[in-house]
Amino acid sequence: MLITEHELLKDEIREWCVRYGADRGALLPILQEVQHKYGHISEFAMQQIADALEIHPVEVDGVVSFYQFLHTRTHGRFVIRLCRTVSCDMAGKDRVARQLENELGISFGATTPDGRFTLEWASCLGLCDQGPALLVNETVYREVTPEKVHEIVSACRRSLSAHAPEFSQEAAS
Amino acid sequence: MSVAPADDAPRAPLSQRVQSVRPQQVPGTLGATVTVTVDGQNLPVPLGTTILEAARQLGIRIPTLCYHEDLCVAGVCRICVVEVEGQATLQAACAYPITAPLVIQPHSRKVRRARRHILDLMLAEHYGDCYACFRNGNCELQSLAKEYGVDEFRFGHVTAPRYPVDRSSYAVVRDMNKCILCRRCVRTCIDLQEVGVLEAVGRGDRTRIATFLDKPLGEVVCINCGQCINRCPTGALRANDPTDEVWNAIDHPTRHVVIQTAPSPRAAIGECFGCEPGTALTFQLNTALRQCGFDRVFDTNFTADLTIIEEGTELLLRLRQALQDKQPVALPLFTSCSPGWVKYLEHFYPEMIPHLSSAKSPQQMFGAVIKTYYARMHDLDPAQIVTVALMPCSAKKFECNRPEMCSSGYKDIDYGLTTRELAQMIQEAGIHLPDLTPSDFDDPFGTATGSGVIFGATGGVMEAAIRSVIELVCGVRIESIFEHADVLPVRGFEGVKYAELDLPAIGPVPPLLAGLFTDWSWLAGARLKVGVCHGTANAHKVLEDIKAGGPFSQCHFIEFMACPGGCLGGGGQPIPTSPAIRAARARAIYAEDTAYEVRKSHENPAIARLYGEFFKDGPGSPLCHELLHTHYTPRGKYIV
Amino acid sequence: MSVSIRTPLTFRDVPPGVGLEAALALKRPAVIATLRAADLRGRGGAGFPTATKWNLAAAAQSKTKYVVCNADEGEPGTFKDRVILNHFPDLVLDGMLIGGYAIGARKGLIYLRGEYTYLRAPLEGILARRRQERRLGRAILGKKGFDFDIEIRMGAGAYVCGEETALIESLEGQRGEPRNRPPFPVDTGFQDQPTIVNNVETLAWVACIFAKGADWFRALGTAKSRGLKIFSVTGDCERPGIYEYPMGLTVGELMQRVGGEGAKAVQIGGAAGRCVPAALFDRTIAFEDIPTGGSIIVFGPQRDMLQVAKNFMEFFVEESCGQCTPCRAGTRKLLGGLELLENGRCSIEYLSELCRLGESISLASKCGLGQSSPKAFLSIIRHFRDELLGRPAPATS
Repeated sequence: MLITEHELLKDEIREWCVRYGADRGALLPILQEVQHKYGHISEFAMQQIADALEIHPVEVDGVVSFYQFLHTRTHGRFVIRLCRTVSCDMAGKDRVARQLENELGISFGATTPDGRFTLEWASCLGLCDQGPALLVNETVYREVTPEKVHEIVSACRRSLSAHAPEFSQEAAS
Repeated sequence: MSVAPADDAPRAPLSQRVQSVRPQQVPGTLGATVTVTVDGQNLPVPLGTTILEAARQLGIRIPTLCYHEDLCVAGVCRICVVEVEGQATLQAACAYPITAPLVIQPHSRKVRRARRHILDLMLAEHYGDCYACFRNGNCELQSLAKEYGVDEFRFGHVTAPRYPVDRSSYAVVRDMNKCILCRRCVRTCIDLQEVGVLEAVGRGDRTRIATFLDKPLGEVVCINCGQCINRCPTGALRANDPTDEVWNAIDHPTRHVVIQTAPSPRAAIGECFGCEPGTALTFQLNTALRQCGFDRVFDTNFTADLTIIEEGTELLLRLRQALQDKQPVALPLFTSCSPGWVKYLEHFYPEMIPHLSSAKSPQQMFGAVIKTYYARMHDLDPAQIVTVALMPCSAKKFECNRPEMCSSGYKDIDYGLTTRELAQMIQEAGIHLPDLTPSDFDDPFGTATGSGVIFGATGGVMEAAIRSVIELVCGVRIESIFEHADVLPVRGFEGVKYAELDLPAIGPVPPLLAGLFTDWSWLAGARLKVGVCHGTANAHKVLEDIKAGGPFSQCHFIEFMACPGGCLGGGGQPIPTSPAIRAARARAIYAEDTAYEVRKSHENPAIARLYGEFFKDGPGSPLCHELLHTHYTPRGKYIV
Repeated sequence: MSVSIRTPLTFRDVPPGVGLEAALALKRPAVIATLRAADLRGRGGAGFPTATKWNLAAAAQSKTKYVVCNADEGEPGTFKDRVILNHFPDLVLDGMLIGGYAIGARKGLIYLRGEYTYLRAPLEGILARRRQERRLGRAILGKKGFDFDIEIRMGAGAYVCGEETALIESLEGQRGEPRNRPPFPVDTGFQDQPTIVNNVETLAWVACIFAKGADWFRALGTAKSRGLKIFSVTGDCERPGIYEYPMGLTVGELMQRVGGEGAKAVQIGGAAGRCVPAALFDRTIAFEDIPTGGSIIVFGPQRDMLQVAKNFMEFFVEESCGQCTPCRAGTRKLLGGLELLENGRCSIEYLSELCRLGESISLASKCGLGQSSPKAFLSIIRHFRDELLGRPAPATS
């Protein structure tokens, strides 16, 4: 990261401290802001946040590593999280998983070399009656079939000008 | 003399703060008692007493692992579970505050089976063989396995290490393969010491204890205090052990191997040989060290006295700048004998380094004197001298490896040994320490004073300094102010102490210091304000108070020790540790002080001779600065 | 594709605000008394009497108290809270306000799971609208001295944060590790202040109870499990979706209604619940018999129960907070046992030992998650032993 980017991040953390309060209770909201904006929480960010909240960097590390949606390493522009819990499993998540791996050329836990896609497992997404379900960033897809995997991935590739598909299927339900 | 307690400043966030157990605040019932029945015995206890405390009062043993007297309650290992009548699940005795009458079965069938299962699970995760472990015979997991009759690994046993052993630190070696995730080290590092190097990371069965982003311990803000080692129930944390190198030096035909022993290990090493805590074996140890093959055995107290003279001189110089010249000067002066404390300041308050006394610690001063004065006196080649230090401390291992600590052209101290390591060497030499005939220290540094001895307890440096300063500059006997020269206001285990002391008049200054100033009158009528604190969490409080302009910012001199209780609670001391054990060691140290004929540093004849023969220009002279003083590195807390 | 709501829902009949207005017309103790009369028990799964919880928090001496809505719906097989938050958010918010009024809190927090981030913006919109309507903010509905506002806090992907003390830890910026209890949140909760933590559905029922009366609610269900319950039904049945029934219907009745008559087993209560074989379908779904937070997963005749058990145990190995030994290390051992069974390599002796270990995990774990983690394993081993033992070794490819 460039010096100026470091300065920018420092300023942002300062602003978030004003918005959420400069105490430990603000840790998760601030981490979520960083995660949302940068796709991961860098070592530098963790130390800055620790400093701002007067806690130890390793405590920030402890929190980041606890939550599935917070990451210390760079993630793809599109994070695809496939539910692997029992209802989706019974609805055929294994075939969807295989197809996702095939379409993206990576296995679960990995990010594509071009930095566009990260593939992850999720614990129950709460879409159990319409499985297999997956999340692409914050957008849900239900009743995904291997055939639909290709459409979802293609849609992501097409929409790369925006950071995420903006529509929410849930809003329409 | 007035003693004022320090403000109880709010502490930094605690890793497991939430798990501290507070008695239920029911109005009208505060101070009330409630009856608990453990294993059929009734006991009235104050509300909020834990089941564990109640059982212990009744003499009923409940096994514990994550529980530690010095730490807040975690309730995570679950080995202390008991059956509480009327409750469907078992409860952790260490974490359950009694707020209503309870009937407890501490050893029912369900309880025994659950404990055995918990042990089986820990053993399944715990890598290693007991006979290849430094905690063999002193491991809490091993003792529990014995207590519960473990004779097989019911749920398997890891057969290959999962994590590399981190040997990057001069002081602490971390082998997470042996970790059972009791989190005592986390609570020690974050809560007790407020250093914040270790924390649980990950979750589920991938949870482990780690440094920030798994960086090597040698590269993070670890201050090497070793308190985590003292509280680790297994061999996951240990000190970096140089005994092989020390044996090699002893067995080498031409090496002249010199060891110095500090007072705290002498008051504690007996614990490694089955003695009660508080058994001092100072002179038996001298015999043992000679039997092991050390060429000379010296007393670190000698350079403790030297430290008092050098640090005292520095204090007087700074006081004059402040009081007479009205110049800005870094006051209060901070002591620098505790290398854990020094590194803490370098990391967390680098801007306050000017306050730190430039005097080396007694350990390092001794090394410098041995490789110069002593070598010349005995016509020895300093290259052939190996200096070993027996210390209660793991941070001393880091200190002796600081690159600046070789002003004589040679490493001041070649090896720092902890109490535990030396006990191991003595056992290896087939010696049962308590049985030995006492013998004296070697000349020319044999003579020490009681002031040197009490360096081992929190407040000791301050007491020694007060004894000497009063006598040197006021010309009165310290006994005329403090009975038996016991400066009680700076003694005791309170985390932070503050005292004021009037310097009524200036008397004839003895020759050792007379050359310092031509006129001493500026000091007359001054009121000396001093502080004492131990444990870096308390140091944090005092430093924040200074930054905020509180009472400690008005102090002239503050003693800081990194470890709770001072050196006697050091990270190199025998395991286990507890408030009672540390108090027993302190009693041994103060008893030894009382037994000395000479109890004031400046009255030590060997010190006078050293200045007369070697540091001829007196305390604080250029040669003293070259050999006996050092400088510090602002490190900051950013980890790269 | 919309959510399949398969039965009429009471929530549709209760207009927003009616319950709130009725509650605010009462004195504070009368609010709790109404709940006690209705005998509402927590809908998150544990079934703790809501009135008792609120009463303890109301009695606690503190100026600052909190109402927390537990929207960290992570139990496998449940999605009712998502549906409620999506379709009936005002009922939930009304319930929070009633709770705040009853215990004397001025602040509410919704802990919304990270997986439901798409619900945040609509919810924020509703909060904004309510502030304009004076159904949030100062002097709510003109009632002087009753100020209450609500903030949404996001989870970040951790099932264990559905446990109320872990949820509070998470709100405080900590790892979501459950606390020692006692002290309980009603006494020492968020920021050490008295806090009530209630499930989304519980809060919605609170609003309904004040709108329709305690007697209406009390008349439904069984003696120990009053009222209605929302079920999330999934798995091998013809009509998966959301159902509302009175508590106390039998598993068999439910199977008939969802089109799962041929099922060989039903998992009730999600991963933390238990597996009920067809032979026991006459058992009732109620706190006194088979409790559930609403998750009903149907297993058809073809399902391999070993794979089901494995999926549940993998879930716990991943989602255990990792704090206490029995849950962290024990769930891994139970999973290991299932892998042995899968390969046809588990002795009955070892399987028995694992079952005893499972009981110890239930007894000795620190929190409800740990205590319930072996239930699925134990019930599947008990009821489907024949299906699990002596499998052929899988062909090596």
